[in-house]
Amino acid sequence: MSEIIESVKNLSIGFNSQKGKQISILRNVSTNIKKGETVGIVGESGSGKSTLALAMMGYIKQGLFPLKGECIFKSEDLLKMTSRQLEKIRGRKIAMIPQNAGQALTPNLKIGYQIDEALRLHTNLNKTERDKKISELLNKVRLPSPETMAFRYPHELSGGQQQRVAVAMALAGKPDLLLLDEPTTGLDVTTQAHVLELLRFIAKDTGTSMIYVSHDLGAIAQVSDRIVVMYAGEIVLEGPARKILKEPIHPYTYGLLKSIPKLSLSGLPASMPGSQPQPGSINEGCSFYDRCNLANDHCKKNSPDLEHIKELDTNVRCFNHKELINQNNNLQTSITKKSNNSEAIEVLKLKDVSISYAKQKFFDQLLNKISDQNPTVKDINIDIKKGETIALVGESGSGKSTILKSIAGLLKTKDGQIKFENDRILSSDLKMRNPNDLRAIQLIFQNPDESLNPNHTVEQILSQPLKLYFNLSGEELKKNIIDLLKKVRLGEFYMSRYPRQLSGGEKQRVAVARAFAAKPDIILCDEVTSALDVSVQAAVLNLLQQLKEDLGTTYVFVSHDLAVVRAISDRVAVLYQGRLCEIGPSQNVYKFPSHPYTEVLLGAVLEPDPDIKPKLVAEDIVEEKPPEKGCSFQGRCPRKIGDICNSEVPPWQIGENGNAIRCHINIEELASLQQ
Amino acid sequence: MLLLILKRIGLGLITLFIVSLITFVGVEVLPGDACTTYLEREAYGAALDACIKRLGLDVPAYERYLDWASNVVRGDFGYSLSGEMPINEVLGPRVKNSLVLASVSILIGIPLAIVLGIITALWRDKLPDIMISTITIFSMTIPEFISATLLILIVAIWLGWLPGIVIIPSDATFYELLSNIILPVVAISMIMTAHMARMVRSSVIQVMASDYVQMAILKGVPYWKMVFRHVLPNALLPAINVVALTIAWLLGGVVVTEVVFNYPGLGRLVIESISNRDLPVVQALAIILASIYVGINLIADLMTLMLNPRLKSLQIRK
Repeated sequence: MSEIIESVKNLSIGFNSQKGKQISILRNVSTNIKKGETVGIVGESGSGKSTLALAMMGYIKQGLFPLKGECIFKSEDLLKMTSRQLEKIRGRKIAMIPQNAGQALTPNLKIGYQIDEALRLHTNLNKTERDKKISELLNKVRLPSPETMAFRYPHELSGGQQQRVAVAMALAGKPDLLLLDEPTTGLDVTTQAHVLELLRFIAKDTGTSMIYVSHDLGAIAQVSDRIVVMYAGEIVLEGPARKILKEPIHPYTYGLLKSIPKLSLSGLPASMPGSQPQPGSINEGCSFYDRCNLANDHCKKNSPDLEHIKELDTNVRCFNHKELINQNNNLQTSITKKSNNSEAIEVLKLKDVSISYAKQKFFDQLLNKISDQNPTVKDINIDIKKGETIALVGESGSGKSTILKSIAGLLKTKDGQIKFENDRILSSDLKMRNPNDLRAIQLIFQNPDESLNPNHTVEQILSQPLKLYFNLSGEELKKNIIDLLKKVRLGEFYMSRYPRQLSGGEKQRVAVARAFAAKPDIILCDEVTSALDVSVQAAVLNLLQQLKEDLGTTYVFVSHDLAVVRAISDRVAVLYQGRLCEIGPSQNVYKFPSHPYTEVLLGAVLEPDPDIKPKLVAEDIVEEKPPEKGCSFQGRCPRKIGDICNSEVPPWQIGENGNAIRCHINIEELASLQQ
Repeated sequence: MLLLILKRIGLGLITLFIVSLITFVGVEVLPGDACTTYLEREAYGAALDACIKRLGLDVPAYERYLDWASNVVRGDFGYSLSGEMPINEVLGPRVKNSLVLASVSILIGIPLAIVLGIITALWRDKLPDIMISTITIFSMTIPEFISATLLILIVAIWLGWLPGIVIIPSDATFYELLSNIILPVVAISMIMTAHMARMVRSSVIQVMASDYVQMAILKGVPYWKMVFRHVLPNALLPAINVVALTIAWLLGGVVVTEVVFNYPGLGRLVIESISNRDLPVVQALAIILASIYVGINLIADLMTLMLNPRLKSLQIRK
């Protein structure tokens, strides 16, 4: 057994509520980090995982304080140290890689200075040695042209590059323990896979221990030797990564794994009922009692202890874990969607749509036209059938949200037409649309915190579309609101609540209800589940599907998450730099042959399975503008065949599965290449 | 970058042009003209005609505007009515006096405001913050004519340490001025410092809560080093514009304070020339004050651009 680097003993951290009550957000947590080991700490938002990780550096966020317990690093308690002592440990013995490097790098200091600062603080190198070390470090994290990189400011780098700089900065002090707080959240899928690969390499190369905190079991699965699952401030399951991911013996972990959409499955993931309890609301019994399908009266009265199971080398906090072992549940199941109920009628057509963000020149403004030879979005042709769910998928900058805004009438198109019902042209200007068209197309936003007015009650929020489109009032209005709430599985008593009194999932349900209040034909969903926890995401996806099956609504679903798209959509359109790459029925897009970009995206998806490794086929460079001519993916394509890709726009080819691919490579050849 | 500076200067000049038009038109549409308002009851017959002739009011308005504007561009504001002397001579000492008052207040007030702001932010909700914040809020809320009067009462009358009002000619030398301006400076600084200290405080608190400050702490950067390298440059950047507005406000004449202390600065000149209906002087003052505001804000904008790497590279890329 190898040496223990840091051990957390019975740690509780909390705050004083306004009523003067002591509320703990971390309850009696104990765990050990061994030398050279990578431990994944996973949990949903509010589970206390970040608080635990920061406490392991002796850092307690403002407003919180340790209630009991200790964090022993090399036989000293970090929580009892003075800030002078901690300065000697932070960055030198324990280093941090933050969640959002874009915000964690000081904006007014150059990259080189920020790395140099760590070197000056934690090493005895002189100026020339440090300069050499800086380019060494930048090289190690595989940043392009490390010599000039040092002279750049943080905002001049892409998200992936900023994250690499943060890694370089953390490595500067040669720490024994690296703390990673959601280091890949917020990055594009391909970038995320590359950064994870780098972190794995560094763990192996330097033998550093790592603590990897994330809500994403997919990312955790790729790096961890051991996994700690947190729920409501407690460790509920802890053990070897493979065991936890393949045979979870705690009902929460089991439910969490089931609620993750997977590329290999076509149906919707199963959702867990309810949401995580608020800190301070648990008085007696198991904290997972409300959401557990194994719970009995014993669980309601008594809270389980963390129990060690020798044969599995696992700690579990559940009275009934044996039942889960015996059930031998299969994680690879999903809820089948009702087969594609789309009728042949096309309800929305995008014809040669181009959208430009270019500033209008003075003369163009007079002539009310946009002259941009290389618009952000170009040549989009999509026909959307009544009752289908079509997904637009791509990384940031792919133009997916831009297209959605244009359909909604929030952004003027440069060229092309948007046709609605019986080929009637819909103006791209919101003010020119008639009220009935406005009602027929509704939008649900990514972040319900920002899309719901904080000063309105749920009743006021839902009554607005009802009053506006249907002139309802009095009893009838109220009846309709209750109906809507029922549709999104919320009780009548939610009417008087304000958004801040709702959980993330409940808020998004209200946003869904508001969209459905208009009895729309088409609902545009802009990353509607990205801000939600996995278990809540599954519930919202199931809700959307149920509503669609009941009401025959058409969805245009924008997402960067290929697995979510796979779960919900009937048809998928893959976009790169505002140009369509591939479009087809979703079960076929996820099968080969595919467009090389789809192949790259599929390869980079992280599955919560340590045996499925991402395939990194393309560089994760960021292109700021689409290429002027030729194929949109020419700059990064791993299968580029030559000059033709740079000069000519590739033709559409229809594969045998019915998906259309825009590539110069013959589709049969592509199929054999991608075997 | 150069293009940008030229663009901003151009915009500033357009602003000044519009201001000059507005003041000229404003004076023009008022009932009566410079002569009738100045001569009042004697505004008839030969006296009026002579005045009109002397001021050239018999030519059409646009010609007079062009004439006046071209003179202003050359730095000549014409003649004041009441003193019958060149406005430049009226203005000169006043501008100098205002400059002295403003620069002394700035030299004392701004560093004090920044230091107080930083102290209150770093010791947030602790004793130093509570004490300083109480005092700043107090001096912010008391109107300046009350605080100025109280200062005179306590320091000049009860204690007799300093003169209560400034009884020096408007063309006094710098040293003569200095001993006389202590009380006005204190009165002005109280309000100005309080406002700015509050601003700096909230800006520093905001930066202290940012991810990059947490990162710097977790990197092992010692506290004061972190404050000076990571916090202050980012926190004081937004303060530049507020400082600029304050400076412009000071130079433009702190009317109330100047009147209470009988200080011969621009602010009092504004009051005097309005009550004397000395329209040429009012016009000249409007242009000068507008130029001060435009100029100082321009400098502040350019400074923000230079100091903020994010804005700088954005502009260059464009």
